Amino acid sequence: MILTRKMTALDRVLLLAAGLLAAYIVVAGVEGMTLLALVSYTLAFGMLLVSGLLLIILGFEILESSLVVIISTMIPLSLSLGIIAQHWSAYSRVYLVVAVVGFLGVVITRLAAPGVASTVVLALVHGVAGILIFALPLFLSLSGRAQPGFALVGLGGALIGLVGVSLAFLKTGRPLVSKERILSFFPGLLLITTAAFVAGFLLNQ
Amino acid sequence: MRTWSASIKRKLRLYWTMTKSLQTGLLLTTGLAGFMSARCPVINWQILLGMAGSLFLAISGSTVLNMWYDRDIDAKMKRTCWRPLPAAQVSPSEALLLGLALSALGIGWALGVDLLYGAIVFAGLFFDVVVYTIWLKRRTAWSIVWGGVSGGMPVLAGRALGLGTIDWIGVLLSLGVLLWIPTHILTFSMKYHDDYQAAGVPTFPAQYGFQATRWVIAISSIGAALAMGFAAYGVGMTVGYLRLMAVLSGGLLLLAAGSTLRPSERINFGLFKYASLYMLSAMLLMVIWGI
Repeated sequence: MILTRKMTALDRVLLLAAGLLAAYIVVAGVEGMTLLALVSYTLAFGMLLVSGLLLIILGFEILESSLVVIISTMIPLSLSLGIIAQHWSAYSRVYLVVAVVGFLGVVITRLAAPGVASTVVLALVHGVAGILIFALPLFLSLSGRAQPGFALVGLGGALIGLVGVSLAFLKTGRPLVSKERILSFFPGLLLITTAAFVAGFLLNQ
Repeated sequence: MRTWSASIKRKLRLYWTMTKSLQTGLLLTTGLAGFMSARCPVINWQILLGMAGSLFLAISGSTVLNMWYDRDIDAKMKRTCWRPLPAAQVSPSEALLLGLALSALGIGWALGVDLLYGAIVFAGLFFDVVVYTIWLKRRTAWSIVWGGVSGGMPVLAGRALGLGTIDWIGVLLSLGVLLWIPTHILTFSMKYHDDYQAAGVPTFPAQYGFQATRWVIAISSIGAALAMGFAAYGVGMTVGYLRLMAVLSGGLLLLAAGSTLRPSERINFGLFKYASLYMLSAMLLMVIWGI
C-alpha cells in the first residue's frame, strides 16, 4: 500500500493542536488515580503526542512504518489499561499481563513475521483495547460510577476505532473508503478524538 | 529610488540567508531558556532584550564568518552551492566585513550587559569559528565535539546572566546541547554523505561507517535526554512538566533505537528533524514552566 497524499498546512496545524492537547493532559495529569493509571495515561497521551509530531515531520508515509504501527499499538493498550487501573483496580494486574503479552505479540510478529499473522495479532490487540476504551467509559457513566462527561472518552475511542478499521481494510486491499479520503479526514479526526479524550478525563475530575 | 530600495531589500535577504535563521533561532531559544530558567518571571526587560539582541548578533556573526571561511567547501556541495557566497551574490570581503561587524557588535553588547555573560558568549564564538571551523573541521571527524561545545554556550550564557554565576544546572543544560549536537549533525552527515565526500570534509560515517555512527547517535541521544532531564529536575520543574520532558525524551530514544536497529533513510531523516524539535520543545518547556 503506497500512501501518496501530501500533507497540507491545515493537516499540520490540526496534528499540532492534537499534540498540544495530549501534552496538556500529560502535564496536568488526571486527579485521584493509582500509579499504574498515571503511568498508563502518560504513556497513552505521550505516544499520541509523539505520533502527531512524527506525522508532522515525516508525512502520511510514516503510517506504513513498523515503528509507527508499534507506537500506535501502545496508545489503545495503555489507555485501556489506565481506565481499568483507575476504575477496576482489582483487574488491573490481570489486564496489565494481557496488555504486555498483546504488545509483545505485535512487536514480535511485526518484526519477525510480517504478513497475515502480524495483521491478525494486530487486529486482535487493537480490537480488545478499542472495545474496552469505547464500552467502559459509557458503562461507567451510565451506571453513575463516573461523571457523565466521562462518556466522551468512549466517543473518542469509537472515533479512533473507525480510523483504525478503515486503515486496516485499506491494508487488506478491500477499502471501505478511498485512502485519499481516509487521509484527508485523519488529522481532523485525530484532533477530535484527542479533544474527546481530554474533555472526558477533565469532566470526570 | 525604487531600484535602490529593491537593491537594499535584495541585499538584506541575502544577508538574512547567511545567518541561517532557523539554526540561529534555535540557539537563541536555548539562551533565553537558560536565562528564564534562572530568573522567572522576568522583571527586567532591559536585560532580557539586551541578552536576546547581543546573542542574536553574536550567533549570526559567527555563522556568517563560518560561511565566509567554508565558501570553497560550500561550492562543492549540492546542498550548499546555492548559498550567497558560492553563488557569487555576495563577495568574500563583504561577507567577512559583515561577519566581523555582527560579531563585534554582539560581543561588545554582551560585555556591556554583563562581563561573565559576555565572556561566555565570546567563548562560544571563539570555539565555533576558530576551533571548530578554521582549525578542526577539515582535519578530523571529531571536530563536532567542539561544535557541540560552542552550541552549548548560549544556554550556559543565559543561565549565567540570570544567576550571576555558573552553576551545575547551567553546565548540565550545556552538556545536554553538546550531547544533542551529534544526533543533529551525524544524522545530517549520513543524509548528505556524498556531498561531504565530494567536499573532502571528514565525517563519522566516512571514517567509522554508518552503523557505528548510528550507535554514536543512539548513545548521545540517551546522554542528551539524561542531561536535559536532570537539568529540568535541578531547575525545580514540577512533576507534570518532568513527565512531558520524559515523554519527549522517550520519542527521541525510540527514534534513535529505530534508526540503529532498523535503519532507513526515512527514520534517519525523522530522527534529524525530531532532534531539533526535541531541543526546541525542551527549551520552550523551561520558558513556559518559568512563566
